[in-house]
Amino acid sequence: MEFKTLVFYFLSTIMVLAALRVVTARNPVHAVLYLVLTFFNAGGIWLLLSAEFLAIVLVMIYVGAVMVLFLFVVMMLDIDFKKLREGFWSYLPVGALVGGLLAVEMALVLGGSYFGVDVMPEPAAKAVEYSNTRALGLVLYTDYVYPFELAAFVLLIAMVAAVSLTLRRRRASKYIAPEVQVAARHEERMTLVKMAVEKKLLVVDEAAVEKDADAEKGSGQ
Amino acid sequence: MSAILQPVIDFFGPSGPLGPFGSAVWSLIKIVVLLAPLMVCVAYLTWVERKVIGSMQLRVGPNRVGPFGLLQPIADALKLLFKEVIIPRGSSKGLFILGPILAIAPSLAAWAVIPFDEGVAVANINAGLLYLLAITSMEVYGVIIAGWASNSKYAFLGAMRAAAQMVSYEVALGFALICVLLTSSSLNLSDIVSSQGQGRFADMGLGFLSWNWLPLLPMFVVYLISGIAETNRAPFDVVEGEAEIVAGHMVEFSGMAFALFFLAEYANMILVSVMTALLFLGGWLSPVGFLPDGFHWLALKTAFFLFVFLWARATFPRFRYDQIMRLGWKVFVPITIVWVVVVAVWMMSPLSIWKLDDDSAKAAEVSAASLEIRG
Repeated sequence: MEFKTLVFYFLSTIMVLAALRVVTARNPVHAVLYLVLTFFNAGGIWLLLSAEFLAIVLVMIYVGAVMVLFLFVVMMLDIDFKKLREGFWSYLPVGALVGGLLAVEMALVLGGSYFGVDVMPEPAAKAVEYSNTRALGLVLYTDYVYPFELAAFVLLIAMVAAVSLTLRRRRASKYIAPEVQVAARHEERMTLVKMAVEKKLLVVDEAAVEKDADAEKGSGQ
Repeated sequence: MSAILQPVIDFFGPSGPLGPFGSAVWSLIKIVVLLAPLMVCVAYLTWVERKVIGSMQLRVGPNRVGPFGLLQPIADALKLLFKEVIIPRGSSKGLFILGPILAIAPSLAAWAVIPFDEGVAVANINAGLLYLLAITSMEVYGVIIAGWASNSKYAFLGAMRAAAQMVSYEVALGFALICVLLTSSSLNLSDIVSSQGQGRFADMGLGFLSWNWLPLLPMFVVYLISGIAETNRAPFDVVEGEAEIVAGHMVEFSGMAFALFFLAEYANMILVSVMTALLFLGGWLSPVGFLPDGFHWLALKTAFFLFVFLWARATFPRFRYDQIMRLGWKVFVPITIVWVVVVAVWMMSPLSIWKLDDDSAKAAEVSAASLEIRG
C-alpha cells in the first residue's frame, strides 16, 4: 500500500465523519463549521489527485467566502432547538425516500460499466513543470469559452436578481448617504465672512450728553 | 523496516543527507528557520509601532525595560504567558479555544510560499498566489469563531463586522491580484518577481520604473488599502473599535489566547507588506542596475510598507462602518474590474509593454493548433 493511499484514507475518514456531524450536530453553528472541515478535506483529496487549482479554489471560494456568509447568517438566527427537533418522525419518510433515491442513483452511476476503474485509463504522469492552472485556463477560454461565458452570465443574472429583491429603502430609516458626506467640501459647510475690524467705541453716557446739550441750549438762550 | 518506510519517503520526496526522512526533516527545519525570525519580527514590530506612533504624537514611547525599551516586547510576552486564560462560563468552550488558534494558523501558514530570494521559499509552488488568496481568506474564521463563542454582545458585533468587512475587501484584493498575474502570466511568486525585472527601463538600468507599481498604479493603491482593511488595522479597525465595542472579538480573552490574536494581526501586517513588495515593488530586485539584487531589498521594501501601516494608524481617524462598506463595494470593486479589462486590452494591443514569454506563446500556439484540428 502506498503512503498516498494512507493519506487518502486519513483525509476521507475525517471528511466523512465531519459530513456526518454536519447533519447530526445540534447547534447549527457547529454544523456549519463541520461543513467547513468537510470542504477543507475535500480540497486535500483533490490535492492528492494533483488537481491543485481545483483544490485551492475550493478552499478559497467555499471555505473563504461562502461559508463565512453562511456563518454570518446562522449566527444571527435565534433558534429554539426543541422546536427544531419537533416533527422528526413525520419528516422521516420523505427524507428517507429522497435519501434512498439518491443512494440508488449513485449506485447506478458508480456501479455501471461506464465509470469503473478498469474503464478509465490511468492518466499519464505529468512533467514537473506542468501547471494545471494554465491547462485549465487554456481549455476554459478556447474550447469551452461559450459555456463558460454562459455560466458567468447566469451568475450575473442571479446576482442582479438577489440585489433587486433586497434593494428597498425604508421610509422610516434615517438613511445617511456616505457619498454625499464624503463629497462634502468645507467651503459648502462654512462661509467665511470678511468684515472690517470693529473700531473701539468710546463709552458715552447718553443722559450726560443730553444734559450737556440742554445746558448749552440754556446758556445760549 | 526500510520497506515500510519507503512509501513515506517517496511521498515526501527523495531523501537528502539527513537520513531516510531527509526531506520531511528538511521541511521542518525550513519552517523553524522561517517562523522563529518571523516571531521576533512580530514582537519587535509592536515595539517599533509604539516608538513610531509615540514620536508622531511627540511622546517617547516605551523606554523603561532595557536600553531604549528594547526588552519591552519580551516583558509583554512574559506577562501574557503567565496570565490566567479565563474561559467565560456561558461560552462555547471548544470553539472559544479554537478561535485564537484559527486566527494564528492561517497567518503563519501563508508564509510557506513567500519567496525571500530567487527560489528561496519553504514551498516554491506553481499556484503560490492562489494558495495565498485561499489561506488569507481563512483568516476571518478566527475572528468570527472567537466572537461567537464568547457569548458576549460586543464580541459578537465585532465578529459580524469582521465577517462583512474581510469578505468585502477580499473581492477588491482578488481583482488587484488578477491584474498582477495577467502581466506576469504566472501564479508563481518567484516568476512574478522576476517578470518585473525585464523591460525597457530595466534594460536602461532603471529597474524601479519597470516594476508593477507604475503600470498598475491604481491596483497598487487599491491593494495596499485593501490590505490594511484585510488586516483590520486602523483606520479600518472597526472590528476592534475600542470606543464602540470595547475590543470586539477579543474582549473575553485573556493571557496567551489574547496575545495570539495580536500575533496573528502583526504577522498578517508583515505578510501584506511582503506581498505588496513582491507583487508591486519587485521583491528582491534592486531599484537601479548597478546595485546587486538581494534579500536586503525585500526587507527594506517590507519595512517601508510596515511604516506606512503605522503611519496610517497614527494619521487617520477610524472609518465609520457604512463608509468602509461603500469604499469597498462602490469604489474599489468598480475601479478594479475596469482596470482588469484595461490591462487585458493593453496586453493584447500593440502598445503592450509586457512581452509574452516563450512558454505562454508556445501554449497559445498549441491551443490554436488544437482548435484548428477540432474545428
